[in-house]
Amino acid sequence: MRKSIVLFTALISGLVFGFGLILSGMVNPAIVLAFLDVAGQWNPSLLWVMGGAVAVSAVAFFIARRRSVSFLGLPVNVPTSSVIDRRLLAGSFLFGAGWGTAGFCPGPALVMAGTGSEKAILFVIAMLAGMLLFEIAGHARKSSAAS
Amino acid sequence: MNIAQTIAEIDIPWLALTGGMLIGLATALFLLANGRIAGISGIVGGIVGGLMHLSWRDLDWRLAFVLGLVVSALVWQQFFNLPAVQIQASDMMLVIAGVLVGFGTRLGSGCTSGHGVCGIARLSPRSIAATVMFMSTGFAVVYLLRHVIV
Repeated sequence: MRKSIVLFTALISGLVFGFGLILSGMVNPAIVLAFLDVAGQWNPSLLWVMGGAVAVSAVAFFIARRRSVSFLGLPVNVPTSSVIDRRLLAGSFLFGAGWGTAGFCPGPALVMAGTGSEKAILFVIAMLAGMLLFEIAGHARKSSAAS
Repeated sequence: MNIAQTIAEIDIPWLALTGGMLIGLATALFLLANGRIAGISGIVGGIVGGLMHLSWRDLDWRLAFVLGLVVSALVWQQFFNLPAVQIQASDMMLVIAGVLVGFGTRLGSGCTSGHGVCGIARLSPRSIAATVMFMSTGFAVVYLLRHVIV
């Protein structure tokens, strides 16, 4: 019973997140690229999207901070690390390079892949391959460190 | 293209703001009900990693979240029109970009949702640094691709 509620709220969260990406126009790479193109016809809408999202989530984080378990009785898993290391910056650099190349980040790409857009599906497959590459690289490094 | 752009410029601030608030609402629900950060690259990467290492822990809710995201446009279309979407990048560019986004978000532990929204909402210095990094790289790459290389 509890399990199915947890899966249901996860499903609804993903669904509403997708609605937000659609309504805000962020599923359109052209709008994202217009934000990143400061030397062209700059479109600031991405900042409005982030502002609206941050304002609402900040309230949720404020509530969550005072609780040890969620309203469904699950542990609250908020990252605690505050280390700014090379790995964080190198990863964000690579992500930014990909984001600027296509105008897609993971959320919008998955939403558009769901519409059957071949270009979005191609991007998602490449993204999954990149993630798999990361797992393989991490695995290889771990086993070479162990031996 | 120009007319669409002009209309977009008039309408977007309100749509962008309310759309952003919907994203915040989804993040809030996921945090307060499931106790998790709605970081999409982390959720998807967890599925990839889980399948590779044959570990099924946490696979169910991750798949449920991704399913919600993937069907969102189809559900949306039952009630409203989908906005026009232009994907201008060539197939080659999309593949390069996809690999960079997949590998980079896993190495950097987050993307626009995990660092850009959730991280900034809780004022995490790590996420602020990550967001500054991916955004400035995005600015630089678009500048190079549109105004230098052409």
